[in-house]
Amino acid sequence: MNIVEKILARAAGKDQVSPDDVIFANIDKVMLHDVSGPGVIKVFDKLKNQGINVDKLWDPSKVWVAEDHFVPSADIISAENIVKLQNFTKNYGIEKHFKYGMGQYGICHTLSHEEALVLPGDVYVGGDSHTNTTGALGAFACGLGHTDIAYVLLKGKIWFKVPETFYFTLNGKLPDHVMAKDLILKIIGDIGTDGGAYRTMQFGGSGIDEMTVESRLTLCNMTTEAGAKNGIVEPDQKVVDYLTNRGATNISLVNGDADAEYAKIYEYEGSEIEPIIAKPFSPANITVVREAPNVDLDKSYIGSCTGAKYEDLEAVAKILKGRKVKIRTEILPAAISIYKRAMENGLLKIFLDAGATVGPPTCGACCGAHMGVLAKDEICISTTNRNFPGRMGHVDSQTYLSSPLVAAASAVTGKITDPRDLI
Amino acid sequence: MKGNVIKYERDNIDTDVIIPGQYLKIHDYAELATHAMEGLDPNFHSKVKEGDFILSGKNFGCGSSREHAPIALSHSGIKAVLALSFARIFYRNAVDGAFLLPIEIDEDAYQSISENDEIDIDISSNEIKNITKNQIYKMKPFSEIIGKIIESGGLFKYKPD
Repeated sequence: MNIVEKILARAAGKDQVSPDDVIFANIDKVMLHDVSGPGVIKVFDKLKNQGINVDKLWDPSKVWVAEDHFVPSADIISAENIVKLQNFTKNYGIEKHFKYGMGQYGICHTLSHEEALVLPGDVYVGGDSHTNTTGALGAFACGLGHTDIAYVLLKGKIWFKVPETFYFTLNGKLPDHVMAKDLILKIIGDIGTDGGAYRTMQFGGSGIDEMTVESRLTLCNMTTEAGAKNGIVEPDQKVVDYLTNRGATNISLVNGDADAEYAKIYEYEGSEIEPIIAKPFSPANITVVREAPNVDLDKSYIGSCTGAKYEDLEAVAKILKGRKVKIRTEILPAAISIYKRAMENGLLKIFLDAGATVGPPTCGACCGAHMGVLAKDEICISTTNRNFPGRMGHVDSQTYLSSPLVAAASAVTGKITDPRDLI
Repeated sequence: MKGNVIKYERDNIDTDVIIPGQYLKIHDYAELATHAMEGLDPNFHSKVKEGDFILSGKNFGCGSSREHAPIALSHSGIKAVLALSFARIFYRNAVDGAFLLPIEIDEDAYQSISENDEIDIDISSNEIKNITKNQIYKMKPFSEIIGKIIESGGLFKYKPD
């Protein structure tokens, strides 16, 4: 069995599972946030009206909650959603609630790894599509809707069709100034926004072995944009060290068997990957940066679970150090722990000296909700994950998706720029 | 199940156009419905009628896990979405929450059915009858578990064997 089959077999209490088997998997961890949380509360209210008992959760210690989409509260409705969420966690005895303005908080997927909330081999579900991110730790990590999350909270399990696995091999390291984001955009461009639909996208090979855990997180994060059920990388010593440094204990590694089967294998040569962007209005609409359209950008956005981890900010700082931004540039570290490290190591000073604005962790602008949405006809280059019409604001605004290095280089020139031209 | 078709002849209709991100804070189903499809068709809310169907291309509902998407369509009156294929979270949200039927059709049905056609969907025989054009198409049968969840009226009413 491959790693996903082994994890799901264990979770279903079976010796063996194969693609297309329907199983009920016991869940190890579940996450909800300030959008899916109130949605779940609404489902609970409906169930109560139908006479179904919703007094107790199956195991509050396995649940954690993030405030990320509409914080700082965008308006009264968002503020009330946060109050609802806080009452919910209090009433149900959920202790792991990361609150805005109270120490560590941030984007849910970033917290999953920064706080070592998910371990290798876990079956982890979250009320958000980018739950896939956390598969980089060697877990089966999958996004679900409100009804399914409510079901998990009450019963501790959920149905899955065991996915077949597409295996993406990266032979050799990515070149300097090329990031994991460039690779995943290339892959999505090759296979399309439904190219991984209902499947696992697994990443391996010498180039992945060489990659940092944070880079692997970027890859798994955007498997969602290829429609995948989950993304995964087999855990290694780097993952163990990463999680141990963040307080995890009792880490045991699950790996695929030597004779594991994959539905399809894709090969990429690390040395051939170069900086890539996805043009409006699809993450699959890619081109290499050298052939990017000559558009005047209005904004560079460096934020989100995809593109505001610590190494993403380090990459941005490399470009912005001693330079000035030419367009509106917003940098929002994805969690307070990252914000703090960026402050301690002088990155925030570099950003501010360059003229950029630094904001608090939030999903706000990435999903066009608040905290920097785009006006009609505005054009943005962004380290985020989606660029569908209206994604980051007005339906006639445009978003180009890029790596943090490309977004920073473009901030300096006001045009879509290959970072190698500035270094 | 009879109704009229609203056709969007394109692939990858994503959750950001089905219900834009700024409305995710709303959990009043009726209010969500007033913003359904706003990112693609600002007239949707005024033209949709109770019992209508949406017809579209590949990968319908791609993007986010927001259950707001099937909720907004369902509370607009949409009983089924017919598409060449569906994104996975939209599909399971539609079924597990019993909001609407996600029906996979083939290229022939997609091309043949036009805006405003009246069709009759029969999930027991996996047939779609185009009453306006007097044609019959096959739909892809639901997988066993999906069929059982639909029959039960959603995941919470489904009793696993």
